[in-house]
Amino acid sequence: MDRTHLLNKLWEYQYQFGFVSDEAVSIISKKLNVSNIEIESVISFYHFFHKEPTGKHTIYLNNSIISELKGFEAIKAAFEKETGCTFDEQGNDEFSLFETSCIGLNDQEPAALINFMPFTGLTPKKVKLIIQKIRNGENVKDFASNVKSNIQYIPKDDKAIIFRPYEMGASIKEGLKHSPQEIIDKIYKSKLKGCGGAFFDVGYKWQSCKNNEADEKFIICNADEGEPGTFKDRAIFQHLPGLIIEGMVLAGYAVGAKEGVIYLRAEYQFFKEELEVLIQEFKNQNFLGKNIQGVNEFDFNIRIQLGAGSYVCGAASGLIESMEGRRGEPPVRAWSATKHGFKHKPTVVNNVESLAYASRIIELGEDFFLSMGTPKTPGTKLISISGDVAKPGIYEIEYGTSIRELLGIEMSQATAPYFVQVSGPSGEPVSPSEFDRRICMEDILCGGSFMVFNRTRDILHILRNFMEFFKEESCGVCTPCRAGNFILNEKIKKMQRGLASTIEIEEIKKWGNIIKISSRCGLGKSSPNSLIYSLDKFKEYFNLKIAPDNELQYVEFDMEAAVSEFDSIIKDTQL
Amino acid sequence: MENVTFKIDGRDCIAEKGQNLIEAAKQNGIFIPTLCLFKHLNPIGSCRVCTVKSNGRSMAGCTLTVDENMDFEVNTPELLDTRKAILEMMFVEGNHFCPSCEKSGDCQMQNLGYETGISHTRFPHLFVDRRVDARPERIVINQNRCIKCKRCIEDIKTVDGYKVFNLTNRGNDTVVSVDYEQEAKLSESEAAYAMHICPTGSILVKGKSFSKPFGDRQFDFINAGKNVSLTDFKKNKITNFNRKIRLATTSLAGCFGCHMSLLDIDLGILDLLEVIEINKSPLTDIKQFSKRCDIGLIEGGCCNTDNIEVLREFRKNCDILVSVGECAIWGGLPAIRNTIPLEECLRESYLDSMTSEEGETIIPNHEDIPKILNKVYSNHEVVKIDYHIPGCPPNANHIWNVVKNLLFEGEHAIEFPEFKYD
Repeated sequence: MDRTHLLNKLWEYQYQFGFVSDEAVSIISKKLNVSNIEIESVISFYHFFHKEPTGKHTIYLNNSIISELKGFEAIKAAFEKETGCTFDEQGNDEFSLFETSCIGLNDQEPAALINFMPFTGLTPKKVKLIIQKIRNGENVKDFASNVKSNIQYIPKDDKAIIFRPYEMGASIKEGLKHSPQEIIDKIYKSKLKGCGGAFFDVGYKWQSCKNNEADEKFIICNADEGEPGTFKDRAIFQHLPGLIIEGMVLAGYAVGAKEGVIYLRAEYQFFKEELEVLIQEFKNQNFLGKNIQGVNEFDFNIRIQLGAGSYVCGAASGLIESMEGRRGEPPVRAWSATKHGFKHKPTVVNNVESLAYASRIIELGEDFFLSMGTPKTPGTKLISISGDVAKPGIYEIEYGTSIRELLGIEMSQATAPYFVQVSGPSGEPVSPSEFDRRICMEDILCGGSFMVFNRTRDILHILRNFMEFFKEESCGVCTPCRAGNFILNEKIKKMQRGLASTIEIEEIKKWGNIIKISSRCGLGKSSPNSLIYSLDKFKEYFNLKIAPDNELQYVEFDMEAAVSEFDSIIKDTQL
Repeated sequence: MENVTFKIDGRDCIAEKGQNLIEAAKQNGIFIPTLCLFKHLNPIGSCRVCTVKSNGRSMAGCTLTVDENMDFEVNTPELLDTRKAILEMMFVEGNHFCPSCEKSGDCQMQNLGYETGISHTRFPHLFVDRRVDARPERIVINQNRCIKCKRCIEDIKTVDGYKVFNLTNRGNDTVVSVDYEQEAKLSESEAAYAMHICPTGSILVKGKSFSKPFGDRQFDFINAGKNVSLTDFKKNKITNFNRKIRLATTSLAGCFGCHMSLLDIDLGILDLLEVIEINKSPLTDIKQFSKRCDIGLIEGGCCNTDNIEVLREFRKNCDILVSVGECAIWGGLPAIRNTIPLEECLRESYLDSMTSEEGETIIPNHEDIPKILNKVYSNHEVVKIDYHIPGCPPNANHIWNVVKNLLFEGEHAIEFPEFKYD
């Protein structure tokens, strides 16, 4: 057995037995010729693998901030009441309940995955019904929610790029009329930027992969959309999956790769079968397979690799580690993936949306793309809007659109927006005074997550949710991220209790900066951002949260909280 | 190999092209501290202590190689502080009780603590309950001290090539776990090697660690700190005080060891009494402040309500407050209980102990007895503390030199090797 199949093997055990037992670990480790602890280290890294038996039905309830605002606590209580289990414990034979970070259904919260089928818009009543149906032996597949997101907006006057009529194979046919270098030149000319959040130049990436000679090259579609609040990749998969496949085929043709892999996040496995059917359809029509469309020696195939629940695997380097059957720790690499990537071969890792755009650019021509947007970021961008808006869903917007427009009556129809989180927890919060900022490289970039919070929402509650997320998702390897996020979370807790002074506000900024400077990968480099930005941008809010300075030089200390435990113990043990 | 020239903090340096930055800097006389980097191992880049800036971008120094015209920043104030902060994070994240650690004095992390001049941590201690695993055949893994540098993971393999250690879990729950089956294959010398490469006291060999108490102390230089005589201080320096300075001391949740240490300057104290007078203190047995004091020395942290009251009284009555010793700075040994719920501690002591009869004993409580706090707090979590003197106990000369420095407004710099954490 090859180590790259480790995740699939673990999934087999997880599906069949509900956990990966010690025996299973032994069997796998013998096959791979490694020690047991290496397999255990992989299992314990991924959220969806368990070392202890789980019930017949696993329920993963999303605990992202939008879910919390839409009634997470009540749903959690309802699940516990109906199943008789407690969250994040083993559960009973029938059910196991777990919290999980954003499952990409932010427009339909509160949402949960039951046996990895989506259930959205949950209410306590609905929960009761669902559990009843499961107890009656009904298959969850038969009554899962339809989660196709609404496309709420596309540019007017036939200017949409992604969401326009699609004809299977159109861009592949068009692309194959050109030489591989011409394809890259077109992408390069279009200035297409990676849409996962890093905004790296796609043409440059392809070119550098093409330039690196090797017997084998790979195209990886990064469908590990884990940033809380984003669901645009899921929307493309559900509305126009063909575009992604065509983008991969074109990338393969351009750089000389024969194998493509879609690294699909585990949360999205409910449409995996459909996707497999589509891939087969592409094969049948000779858009995949050997000598594609009669082009001699152009072979390309696509397989799907399922992730297992880890935010850091959304970063290309962590993703490759994961595909190679290891913990998804972003490694120290002297080389970029385009030289030594998957299996140490030149690899292009592109986000779902980037690939979809690539295939549209080839189909429609780069000039069409360049006719829109801003000089640095031409074209359009998909944004997933959720939170306190009347119309949550997917927006295809021209680059340069202002935040005010996005919130306005023409688009999402936000009610009293106050705190807008652009690009997810690792991005930047925006206050009302900045609503004229525009989504583009010249101003503020947005990877896809756009969460709107109105005036009644508590900012510290939002920030605490973000920090808990980073604390949980840190891979745990480098000190500043592992310990630093934990420490910042403690600070937020202190602030929530009204015990933080002006000095501590300064400390948070300084400490956050240290974490940013010294962390190993993008997670730690961006995790303190929202907190630091908020302190400056929402001063009127924080001024009310800061304890006044006192002349006695006492540090704020909550004596009541410090002795309450003792008091209650005495009460309980009184004879 | 061809040589290249590059810059470190503006200074021209020469090294072989492609050489590791840490090595290259060393050859040019510039020290960059590291913890996870280890000789033959590929750079791991996990501890981040060697954070430097390369052409303006912050990176782990151990993962960089030098090339022509590269421009590194190594010892800028920002980077020095960042390095110190990362070490402090390691201290607060684990439970590093130096005074009771077998590796103290022989510990690379402790040594870097001295090197970077950490007297106290800016971060609150996290006190996460961490396991001590004694199940392996030859070794004991103490998770309290592990900094997840991954050296053991990369370097310790069995004869037939299996890894013995690996990380499990993620986030703050990440731990280095051991494969019991593979560990049993290690020879005695291999186990000793594992203990040796661990930069802290996390991996210990059973039965071996105490053979030479406290190890070789390879990082301790013999320098107990000299008592700087008063006359030396008086030379060239003028004090603002035209009267004797008033001193107060107290021991909160401590063992009075620091007070013992105070007396260790022997006859020197007679000299001192020329310029100081001691107000409220166990040494004078004065129970109440009779005058406002200039300096207050606090031993011990806060474990009950009385400690808090006394400490607040000191803050009210003293101009300068100094935390003396480990307990005062971050809780010290009494804080070992911080990883265990209070109820368990009290039950074990008063209700379920070997000598207590069932139903006969109670947890002491009365309005006259102070209440036990939910955890032991460091002093600077309760009031503002101006200076910290680490040590368990700090050396007598060290403490008094600080007092004299304050008195004569000298440069307040007591440097390693004068201070110790144990």
